[in-house]
Amino acid sequence: MIMTTEELKNVVVAKSVDARGTACPGPLLEAKKAIGTIKVGDIMEILSADEGTKSDIPKWCGKQGHEYLGSVDENGYFKVYMKKK
Amino acid sequence: MDIEFEKQLDELKKRVNKLENNRKDQMSIAIVSGDMDKILAAMVISIAAAASDTKVKLFFSFWALSALRDPKKSAKGKDFISKMFGIMLPRGRNKLKLSNMNMVGIGPAMIKYLMRKQNVLSLDKMFKTAGELGIEITVCEMSMNLMGFKKEELIDYPFFSYAGAATFVADANESSMQLFI
Repeated sequence: MIMTTEELKNVVVAKSVDARGTACPGPLLEAKKAIGTIKVGDIMEILSADEGTKSDIPKWCGKQGHEYLGSVDENGYFKVYMKKK
Repeated sequence: MDIEFEKQLDELKKRVNKLENNRKDQMSIAIVSGDMDKILAAMVISIAAAASDTKVKLFFSFWALSALRDPKKSAKGKDFISKMFGIMLPRGRNKLKLSNMNMVGIGPAMIKYLMRKQNVLSLDKMFKTAGELGIEITVCEMSMNLMGFKKEELIDYPFFSYAGAATFVADANESSMQLFI
Protein backbone atom coordinates (compact mmCIF):
# COMPACT_ATOMS: atom_id res chain seq x y z
CA MET A 1 0.00 0.00 0.00
CA ILE A 2 1.43 3.38 -1.01
CA MET A 3 1.11 6.00 1.72
CA THR A 4 0.69 9.75 1.24
CA THR A 5 3.48 12.20 2.02
CA GLU A 6 1.60 13.32 5.15
CA GLU A 7 1.28 9.74 6.39
CA LEU A 8 4.92 9.01 5.65
CA LYS A 9 6.09 12.05 7.60
CA ASN A 10 4.30 10.74 10.69
CA VAL A 11 5.36 7.12 10.33
CA VAL A 12 7.47 5.53 13.10
CA VAL A 13 10.66 4.12 11.64
CA ALA A 14 12.54 1.28 13.32
CA LYS A 15 15.65 1.98 11.28
CA SER A 16 17.00 4.87 9.24
CA VAL A 17 19.67 4.10 6.67
CA ASP A 18 21.71 7.01 5.38
CA ALA A 19 22.91 5.97 1.93
CA ARG A 20 23.53 9.50 0.67
CA GLY A 21 27.25 8.82 0.47
CA THR A 22 26.91 6.08 -2.12
CA ALA A 23 25.81 5.86 -5.74
CA CYS A 24 24.12 2.90 -7.48
CA PRO A 25 24.19 0.09 -6.41
CA GLY A 26 25.30 1.38 -2.97
CA PRO A 27 21.84 2.22 -1.54
CA LEU A 28 20.65 -1.28 -2.43
CA LEU A 29 23.60 -2.81 -0.58
CA GLU A 30 22.90 -0.60 2.44
CA ALA A 31 19.24 -1.64 2.38
CA LYS A 32 20.17 -5.32 2.17
CA LYS A 33 22.54 -4.98 5.13
CA ALA A 34 20.01 -3.11 7.25
CA ILE A 35 16.96 -5.26 6.53
CA GLY A 36 18.49 -8.10 8.54
CA THR A 37 18.64 -5.94 11.66
CA ILE A 38 14.91 -5.14 11.88
CA LYS A 39 11.85 -7.24 12.73
CA VAL A 40 9.01 -8.28 10.43
CA GLY A 41 6.44 -5.49 10.35
CA ASP A 42 9.03 -2.82 11.14
CA ILE A 43 9.37 0.19 8.87
CA MET A 44 12.72 1.25 7.46
CA GLU A 45 13.61 4.50 5.73
CA ILE A 46 16.46 4.85 3.25
CA LEU A 47 18.01 8.27 2.63
CA SER A 48 19.49 8.60 -0.83
CA ALA A 49 20.63 11.31 -3.21
CA ASP A 50 20.78 8.89 -6.14
CA GLU A 51 17.64 9.34 -8.30
CA GLY A 52 17.77 5.70 -9.40
CA THR A 53 17.07 4.56 -5.85
CA LYS A 54 13.48 5.83 -6.17
CA SER A 55 12.87 3.18 -8.79
CA ASP A 56 15.31 0.56 -7.48
CA ILE A 57 13.96 0.20 -3.94
CA PRO A 58 10.33 -0.49 -5.02
CA LYS A 59 11.64 -3.14 -7.46
CA TRP A 60 13.85 -4.60 -4.77
CA CYS A 61 10.91 -4.70 -2.33
CA GLY A 62 8.77 -6.40 -4.97
CA LYS A 63 11.32 -9.11 -5.51
CA GLN A 64 12.15 -9.62 -1.83
CA GLY A 65 8.50 -9.60 -0.77
CA HIS A 66 8.73 -6.45 1.34
CA GLU A 67 6.15 -3.68 1.19
CA TYR A 68 7.14 -0.42 -0.48
CA LEU A 69 5.39 2.51 1.20
CA GLY A 70 6.49 5.51 -0.88
CA SER A 71 9.05 8.28 -0.93
CA VAL A 72 9.33 11.83 0.36
CA ASP A 73 11.47 14.53 -1.27
CA GLU A 74 13.75 16.49 1.01
CA ASN A 75 16.21 19.23 0.19
CA GLY A 76 18.73 17.64 -2.20
CA TYR A 77 17.89 14.07 -1.30
CA PHE A 78 14.85 11.90 -0.59
CA LYS A 79 13.60 9.29 1.82
CA VAL A 80 12.24 5.95 0.67
CA TYR A 81 10.01 3.98 3.05
CA MET A 82 9.43 0.25 3.23
CA LYS A 83 7.96 -2.32 5.58
CA LYS A 84 9.70 -5.62 6.22
CA LYS A 85 7.52 -8.65 5.47
CA MET B 1 -4.34 -46.08 -8.44
CA ASP B 2 -4.87 -46.27 -12.15
CA ILE B 3 -1.56 -47.22 -13.82
CA GLU B 4 -2.17 -44.93 -16.78
CA PHE B 5 -2.91 -42.03 -14.44
CA GLU B 6 0.22 -42.71 -12.42
CA LYS B 7 2.29 -42.69 -15.59
CA GLN B 8 0.86 -39.35 -16.63
CA LEU B 9 1.50 -37.92 -13.17
CA ASP B 10 5.12 -39.05 -13.30
CA GLU B 11 5.54 -37.49 -16.72
CA LEU B 12 4.02 -34.24 -15.48
CA LYS B 13 6.26 -34.18 -12.40
CA LYS B 14 9.32 -34.57 -14.62
CA ARG B 15 8.26 -31.73 -16.85
CA VAL B 16 7.49 -29.37 -13.97
CA ASN B 17 10.86 -30.23 -12.44
CA LYS B 18 12.61 -29.42 -15.69
CA LEU B 19 10.73 -26.15 -16.09
CA GLU B 20 11.51 -25.08 -12.55
CA ASN B 21 15.19 -25.86 -12.96
CA ASN B 22 15.31 -23.86 -16.16
CA ARG B 23 14.01 -20.71 -14.51
CA LYS B 24 16.08 -20.46 -11.36
CA ASP B 25 16.45 -17.08 -9.68
CA GLN B 26 19.96 -17.01 -11.06
CA MET B 27 21.93 -14.80 -13.44
CA SER B 28 24.75 -16.00 -15.67
CA ILE B 29 27.04 -13.52 -17.37
CA ALA B 30 29.69 -14.40 -19.92
CA ILE B 31 32.25 -11.61 -19.57
CA VAL B 32 34.53 -11.55 -22.57
CA SER B 33 35.50 -7.86 -22.78
CA GLY B 34 38.45 -6.54 -20.87
CA ASP B 35 37.48 -2.87 -21.06
CA MET B 36 37.13 -1.00 -17.81
CA ASP B 37 33.63 0.29 -18.65
CA LYS B 38 32.35 -3.18 -19.51
CA ILE B 39 33.84 -4.82 -16.41
CA LEU B 40 32.26 -2.01 -14.37
CA ALA B 41 28.86 -2.61 -15.97
CA ALA B 42 29.13 -6.35 -15.32
CA MET B 43 30.04 -5.81 -11.68
CA VAL B 44 27.32 -3.20 -11.00
CA ILE B 45 24.63 -5.44 -12.50
CA SER B 46 25.96 -8.47 -10.59
CA ILE B 47 26.01 -6.64 -7.27
CA ALA B 48 22.50 -5.26 -7.79
CA ALA B 49 21.26 -8.79 -8.56
CA ALA B 50 23.09 -10.37 -5.62
CA ALA B 51 21.75 -7.65 -3.29
CA SER B 52 18.29 -8.85 -4.37
CA ASP B 53 19.26 -12.44 -3.45
CA THR B 54 19.62 -13.57 -7.05
CA LYS B 55 22.39 -16.12 -7.41
CA VAL B 56 25.09 -14.67 -9.69
CA LYS B 57 27.58 -16.69 -11.70
CA LEU B 58 30.21 -14.87 -13.73
CA PHE B 59 32.16 -16.61 -16.45
CA PHE B 60 35.37 -14.73 -17.28
CA SER B 61 36.87 -15.43 -20.65
CA PHE B 62 39.31 -13.99 -23.17
CA TRP B 63 40.14 -10.28 -22.70
CA ALA B 64 38.25 -10.19 -19.40
CA LEU B 65 41.00 -12.30 -17.81
CA SER B 66 43.13 -9.13 -17.54
CA ALA B 67 40.69 -7.88 -14.90
CA LEU B 68 41.50 -10.92 -12.76
CA ARG B 69 45.28 -10.48 -12.80
CA ASP B 70 46.90 -9.59 -9.51
CA PRO B 71 49.58 -6.93 -10.16
CA LYS B 72 51.51 -8.09 -7.09
CA LYS B 73 51.82 -11.64 -8.35
CA SER B 74 53.83 -13.13 -11.20
CA ALA B 75 54.27 -16.57 -12.67
CA LYS B 76 57.42 -18.44 -13.62
CA GLY B 77 58.13 -20.78 -16.52
CA LYS B 78 56.30 -18.91 -19.30
CA ASP B 79 57.31 -19.20 -22.93
CA PHE B 80 58.17 -16.19 -25.09
CA ILE B 81 54.66 -15.56 -26.48
CA SER B 82 53.03 -15.91 -23.06
CA LYS B 83 55.50 -13.41 -21.67
CA MET B 84 54.70 -10.97 -24.48
CA PHE B 85 50.95 -11.32 -23.79
CA GLY B 86 51.66 -10.73 -20.14
CA ILE B 87 53.47 -7.50 -20.93
CA MET B 88 50.98 -6.21 -23.49
CA LEU B 89 47.77 -6.90 -21.59
CA PRO B 90 46.60 -4.77 -18.62
CA ARG B 91 48.02 -5.96 -15.32
CA GLY B 92 44.85 -6.10 -13.25
CA ARG B 93 41.50 -4.35 -12.91
CA ASN B 94 43.05 -0.95 -12.14
CA LYS B 95 45.01 -0.92 -15.40
CA LEU B 96 42.09 -1.57 -17.75
CA LYS B 97 41.41 0.67 -20.73
CA LEU B 98 38.15 2.31 -21.75
CA SER B 99 36.39 1.00 -24.85
CA ASN B 100 35.85 4.64 -25.84
CA MET B 101 37.71 7.86 -25.06
CA ASN B 102 40.73 6.01 -23.68
CA MET B 103 43.09 8.81 -24.81
CA VAL B 104 46.29 6.99 -23.79
CA GLY B 105 45.08 6.54 -20.24
CA ILE B 106 43.60 9.99 -19.63
CA GLY B 107 40.05 8.62 -20.04
CA PRO B 108 40.32 5.93 -17.34
CA ALA B 109 41.97 8.41 -14.96
CA MET B 110 39.09 10.82 -15.54
CA ILE B 111 36.47 8.13 -14.98
CA LYS B 112 38.18 7.03 -11.76
CA TYR B 113 38.22 10.63 -10.56
CA LEU B 114 34.53 11.06 -11.41
CA MET B 115 33.65 7.76 -9.73
CA ARG B 116 35.34 8.90 -6.51
CA LYS B 117 33.62 12.27 -6.73
CA GLN B 118 30.18 10.72 -7.28
CA ASN B 119 30.68 8.04 -4.62
CA VAL B 120 30.60 5.15 -7.06
CA LEU B 121 32.33 2.07 -5.64
CA SER B 122 35.78 1.49 -7.09
CA LEU B 123 36.48 -1.77 -8.94
CA ASP B 124 38.53 -2.90 -5.91
CA LYS B 125 35.54 -2.37 -3.61
CA MET B 126 33.18 -3.96 -6.14
CA PHE B 127 35.21 -7.18 -6.23
CA LYS B 128 35.37 -7.20 -2.42
CA THR B 129 31.58 -6.66 -2.21
CA ALA B 130 31.01 -9.34 -4.84
CA GLY B 131 32.92 -11.80 -2.67
CA GLU B 132 30.87 -10.84 0.39
CA LEU B 133 27.64 -11.36 -1.54
CA GLY B 134 28.70 -14.81 -2.72
CA ILE B 135 29.00 -13.97 -6.40
CA GLU B 136 30.80 -16.84 -8.12
CA ILE B 137 33.59 -16.31 -10.62
CA THR B 138 34.45 -19.07 -13.05
CA VAL B 139 37.50 -18.68 -15.23
CA CYS B 140 37.69 -20.12 -18.71
CA GLU B 141 40.53 -22.63 -18.66
CA MET B 142 40.94 -22.50 -22.42
CA SER B 143 41.45 -18.71 -22.44
CA MET B 144 44.00 -19.08 -19.65
CA ASN B 145 46.08 -21.43 -21.78
CA LEU B 146 45.57 -19.40 -24.92
CA MET B 147 46.83 -16.20 -23.37
CA GLY B 148 49.47 -17.90 -21.32
CA PHE B 149 48.11 -16.86 -17.93
CA LYS B 150 48.82 -19.03 -14.91
CA LYS B 151 46.60 -19.60 -11.89
CA GLU B 152 49.22 -18.25 -9.50
CA GLU B 153 49.08 -14.76 -11.04
CA LEU B 154 45.32 -14.27 -10.58
CA ILE B 155 43.57 -12.46 -7.72
CA ASP B 156 42.50 -14.06 -4.44
CA TYR B 157 38.72 -14.35 -4.48
CA PRO B 158 36.52 -16.48 -2.21
CA PHE B 159 34.39 -18.14 -4.92
CA PHE B 160 36.85 -18.84 -7.69
CA SER B 161 36.91 -21.84 -9.98
CA TYR B 162 38.17 -22.95 -13.37
CA ALA B 163 36.01 -24.58 -16.00
CA GLY B 164 35.12 -24.84 -19.65
CA ALA B 165 32.34 -23.60 -21.90
CA ALA B 166 30.04 -26.50 -20.99
CA THR B 167 29.93 -25.24 -17.40
CA PHE B 168 28.75 -21.84 -18.57
CA VAL B 169 26.18 -23.44 -20.86
CA ALA B 170 24.85 -25.65 -18.05
CA ASP B 171 24.68 -22.71 -15.59
CA ALA B 172 23.12 -20.39 -18.17
CA ASN B 173 20.55 -23.06 -18.98
CA GLU B 174 19.36 -23.03 -15.36
CA SER B 175 19.42 -19.23 -15.07
CA SER B 176 16.44 -17.02 -15.75
CA MET B 177 18.85 -14.30 -16.90
CA GLN B 178 21.77 -14.69 -19.26
CA LEU B 179 23.98 -11.83 -20.36
CA PHE B 180 27.00 -11.51 -22.58
CA ILE B 181 29.35 -8.61 -22.02
